[in-house]
Amino acid sequence: MRVPLSWLQEFVPLATVPRDHEGVRDLGRVLDSLGLVVEGIEHVGDGLDEVVLARVLEIRAIKGAERIRQVLVDAGGPEPAEIVCGATNFAVGDVVPLAKVGAELPGRFVIGRRTLRGVVSDGMLCSARELGVGGDESGLLVLASTGSPDGPLPAGVEAGMPLAEHLGIVPDAVFDIAVEPNRPDCLCVTGIARDVAARLKLPFVVEVPAVAPSGAPASGLASVAIDAPEACHHLLARVVTGVAAVASPPEVARRLILAGMRPIGAVVDASNYVMLELGQPSHPYDLERLGGHGLAVRYARPGERLVTLDGVDRVLGRHTDALGRTTDVEDLVICDANGVAIGLAGVMGGAATEIGDSTTRVVIELAQFAPVVVARTAKRQGVRSEASARFERGVDPEGLTRAADRFCALLAAAAAHGGARAPVVAPGDLDAHPVSTPRRHVRVRVGRVNALLGTTLGADEVEALLAPIGFLARRAEDVPRSDGEGDAISPRQDGTGQQDVVLDVEVPSFRPDAEREVDVVEEVARHVGYERIAATPRRSPFVGTLGARTVRRRRLRRVLTGLGAHEAWTSSIVDPSLVGRAGAQHPVVAIANPMVHEESVLRAHLLPGLLGALRHNVAHRNPALRLFEIGRVFVPMEGDGLPGESEHVGVLLARDGDDAASAVHVLGVVAEQMGLDREALVLDQEVPVPEPLVVLGTHPSRRALVRAGAGTSEVLGVLGEVDPRVLEEFGIAGCGRVGWLVLDLGALDEAPARDRRARPVSRFPSSDVDLSFVLDDATPAAALESALRTSAGELCESVRLLESYRGPGIPSGGRSLTYRLRFCAPDRTLTDADVAGLRAACIAAVESGLPATLRG
Amino acid sequence: MSSMEHVAAPQPGEVEAFETRATERVASVDDLASLDALVAELTGKRSPFALWKRSLGGLAHDERRAIGQELNEALARVDALVESRRALLAAVARAALVAADRLDLTEVVATPGAGHLHLVTQVREELEDVFVGMGYEIADGPEAETEWYNFTALNVPRDHPARSMQDSFYLATGDRESYLLRTQTSPVQVRLLERGALPLYAIAPGRVYRRDTADARHLPVFHQIEGIVVDRGVTFGDLAGTVETFVMAIFGTGIATRLRPAYFPFTEPSAEFEITCTICTGAGCRTCGQTGWIELGGCGLIHPAVLEASGVDPEQWSGFAFGFGIDRLAIMRHEIDDIRSFVENDVRFLTQF
Repeated sequence: MRVPLSWLQEFVPLATVPRDHEGVRDLGRVLDSLGLVVEGIEHVGDGLDEVVLARVLEIRAIKGAERIRQVLVDAGGPEPAEIVCGATNFAVGDVVPLAKVGAELPGRFVIGRRTLRGVVSDGMLCSARELGVGGDESGLLVLASTGSPDGPLPAGVEAGMPLAEHLGIVPDAVFDIAVEPNRPDCLCVTGIARDVAARLKLPFVVEVPAVAPSGAPASGLASVAIDAPEACHHLLARVVTGVAAVASPPEVARRLILAGMRPIGAVVDASNYVMLELGQPSHPYDLERLGGHGLAVRYARPGERLVTLDGVDRVLGRHTDALGRTTDVEDLVICDANGVAIGLAGVMGGAATEIGDSTTRVVIELAQFAPVVVARTAKRQGVRSEASARFERGVDPEGLTRAADRFCALLAAAAAHGGARAPVVAPGDLDAHPVSTPRRHVRVRVGRVNALLGTTLGADEVEALLAPIGFLARRAEDVPRSDGEGDAISPRQDGTGQQDVVLDVEVPSFRPDAEREVDVVEEVARHVGYERIAATPRRSPFVGTLGARTVRRRRLRRVLTGLGAHEAWTSSIVDPSLVGRAGAQHPVVAIANPMVHEESVLRAHLLPGLLGALRHNVAHRNPALRLFEIGRVFVPMEGDGLPGESEHVGVLLARDGDDAASAVHVLGVVAEQMGLDREALVLDQEVPVPEPLVVLGTHPSRRALVRAGAGTSEVLGVLGEVDPRVLEEFGIAGCGRVGWLVLDLGALDEAPARDRRARPVSRFPSSDVDLSFVLDDATPAAALESALRTSAGELCESVRLLESYRGPGIPSGGRSLTYRLRFCAPDRTLTDADVAGLRAACIAAVESGLPATLRG
Repeated sequence: MSSMEHVAAPQPGEVEAFETRATERVASVDDLASLDALVAELTGKRSPFALWKRSLGGLAHDERRAIGQELNEALARVDALVESRRALLAAVARAALVAADRLDLTEVVATPGAGHLHLVTQVREELEDVFVGMGYEIADGPEAETEWYNFTALNVPRDHPARSMQDSFYLATGDRESYLLRTQTSPVQVRLLERGALPLYAIAPGRVYRRDTADARHLPVFHQIEGIVVDRGVTFGDLAGTVETFVMAIFGTGIATRLRPAYFPFTEPSAEFEITCTICTGAGCRTCGQTGWIELGGCGLIHPAVLEASGVDPEQWSGFAFGFGIDRLAIMRHEIDDIRSFVENDVRFLTQF
């Protein structure tokens, strides 16, 4: 909402002068502290002192200079002024603006006497942009062309005349105010003036004199009707005849422009001016173009069409959503007496009944619509007008007649200014008012006000704060209470044991947002001033805690950074084409109203995002890196419910030498550092069919499911390598092998934990036994390791794979695996006989249980 | 005694002459091995000293005493000389070893280092720690939400203008607009209230979604932190004091806060909180639009309708909530000019923090 200072001053006697920037800023701060946030302040007509009209008398070249010329101008003085100028878009006889020496142009640019190429310049000829009166900076602002240095000047043009006077610029300041959705009363100048007056303890007066009606009664000229009373509570129309096609008076046009609207003609301008000033939208119709000379409000028939003022042919009464589902909906239309739709109620008028130059008889329509109806239609139609913005928040139900009066007064003033005959207001308003809106009463406990705000206000103070903004508070005992009004509350004892004072507060008609006690409490707080409510510390009675989950996530992040991985953050909303690119197709959760197709489904997997991040870095010649991400992934659930949501960690290993083995190493470190029972984790390379989603994008023969234990069906995640085909799809095949680990953190949190009790460490020497077995490729090393662990028994401290060998001496289809077993007893030094026995037991167990033979 | 060879006692001047020669030879030895060999020759079992000592038994008492003393003194001097020579040679040998072992530590071939946490994680953890220090717990909720938790229970019924304030991504599942990606962390408030354990002091950091076009200042996916306090007798003044406390903990004691009225459907009274501009510390600059203040987040007393929707009696309990953007805070602090750097995951960016 753009609010000119001069307009505010019509209703509040503010002493602020537009030229006083500091004073204007102070007023801005008052607005801010009322919650009317000033997003910008524009100063109009600033920097035009010492800028005058000048007629070009002669243009001379300057020796040795190509881009600048000397210009002699008549600026009203006895002698021509000599100016050096770089522009070329003007000729002798043209009238242009001259900023004289000493002028301070917008942006604090001070004009001084300068010498260029030995030629003195006594000021500067200016473009519109330099003066802040327009956007054109391609050349000088040429105000008139006379063709010769001494020909006659057009009317209103005079050499030496101040530019501001010539352009009719009046100094003003415009506040650009962001009005919160709960403050429909502040979508107009008077509403903002009321709040400011209350805060500054200044009087606030709105006087709208009625124009005396005469001639034939309105009821004989036109009619109004409401066929949808639940959507249109009040429809008021007034007929004005003898309307001349004149322009608005300069002050009206000037304010409309400052407020961001374009002056069109007296009738439309008056309607807009009333809306900006009083907050009530209205719509003027040409009576001649109004079928049956009447207005009615009804719901649109499904599929009914209407061309609105913006030229858009709209389908009403039916809505098709982003998924292509069509439903019948309630769009409210204004129609003529023949039932033909002529406007989208509360949103935008139709093109057919527009006011034109030939219009002499005007019907002005003012209405009160149900906010929800207007909001839905505006949203569905994707159009938000000044009118719909007001109707969907709620206009003052008591403001229709006053707005009609103001409209008529503005029409009369425009006619008088334009030298036209005064328009005639037909007696008798056309008024359909099926639903009245009584003023709401809210009970407010003064004790409650203080309890919520931490203040110590008396009942009188509360009343005094509320009265200037139209909230009339009286002691509740003076007011008979009707049932169902306001909050069901009872007086309370306050700390001093005194009876709490209960106020009956009548909410003004323009504050539909104030529904209950707490809404009035906020008004009190606003007018006390938030900055004057003392800050008090409040201590939590608890010991703060990160909680187990956050602690575990933090630890995991640090383990992974310790392994050299950087933490990435990729979007949860992804391109559906990625789904196929990272491997098999799978069902995804789609967004009903995406911005773009490339961001229209929820990720089901972290791999595509991290591959995208890797690709970015590869493109910037940083291919050797490790990345991880912790984030949510989503899968559709059966039965149309909320999607299944889980938290995953994905680790992409693309350093030189990284491969599936690196992923196994990362899992081992993670398991150890996260306190998991490392031995309980099982790597299962037999992936069931159909493949679980989590294996997406992995190398089919270099991957394994991570299970929480042998024989469990629960899958913690997957590790291995990214499928080379997928790398190729992402254009990063040159990365070589890329290791990959993904774990479901919810499952990981539940995975078996390591026994936390301490095991004593033996003080006796240990003995190592190295054993090499030839094992065929079909048998996993894990089986051999597990057989060794079992047979080695309690004296075995560790089992470690030292070497895997293929080649001469080993039959093809197999490999030799060398393990080192370390034995140690807690209470003695093991003898050679002990170790030999253990060795023999291990060999026997392996050879009898597995297709393995000891390598000689 | 028959096996003993006959040994002659030193002639006068003989000991002194020998000592002089020994001294010269010790001083000229320049490695430890030669020194050891020389020591055996000069003072060992077959050295003149040893032989001379053996001869003392055949001398008269007085002579024996005098020569014995002369021998002992000479031997002690030679020993001392040997030890000092040994120390010197050991030092020289070690110096040579050390010199040979020299490594230019500026020519080390780089090996990969530790990874970096994302800046947003670092800021988030810092905020979590501040609130844990203030006695809050950390809570969490789903990112895909029902319209009940994201809107209705927060006093934003269907068709409320506030629903279009924050353009939402709705999911193509269920009835029209029944599921969405949460537009704020506030649904966690409702889940906490439903838990029913009061008093409540909690924060909920997490990822949220708004239907915004990505540009230098906006991403459709970003991170917020939400705080909620419900207790008996909580006031607006308590809210102001709490905001002041955590802002000072995060930004330092020189940073002030102020509240100004705003509108959020789930709080009443509602406020935006602003802090002293951290760039110019209040003097006025481009970042703060010359005002000296920058807006950090929203807050307010929890609307009684929100408490009621979760079965909490607003006559018994009151509370406040606040929220602000984690990414925005990171951007402000590190003067990042394009928020899209966060999702690009360029290592040249990630490794700066």
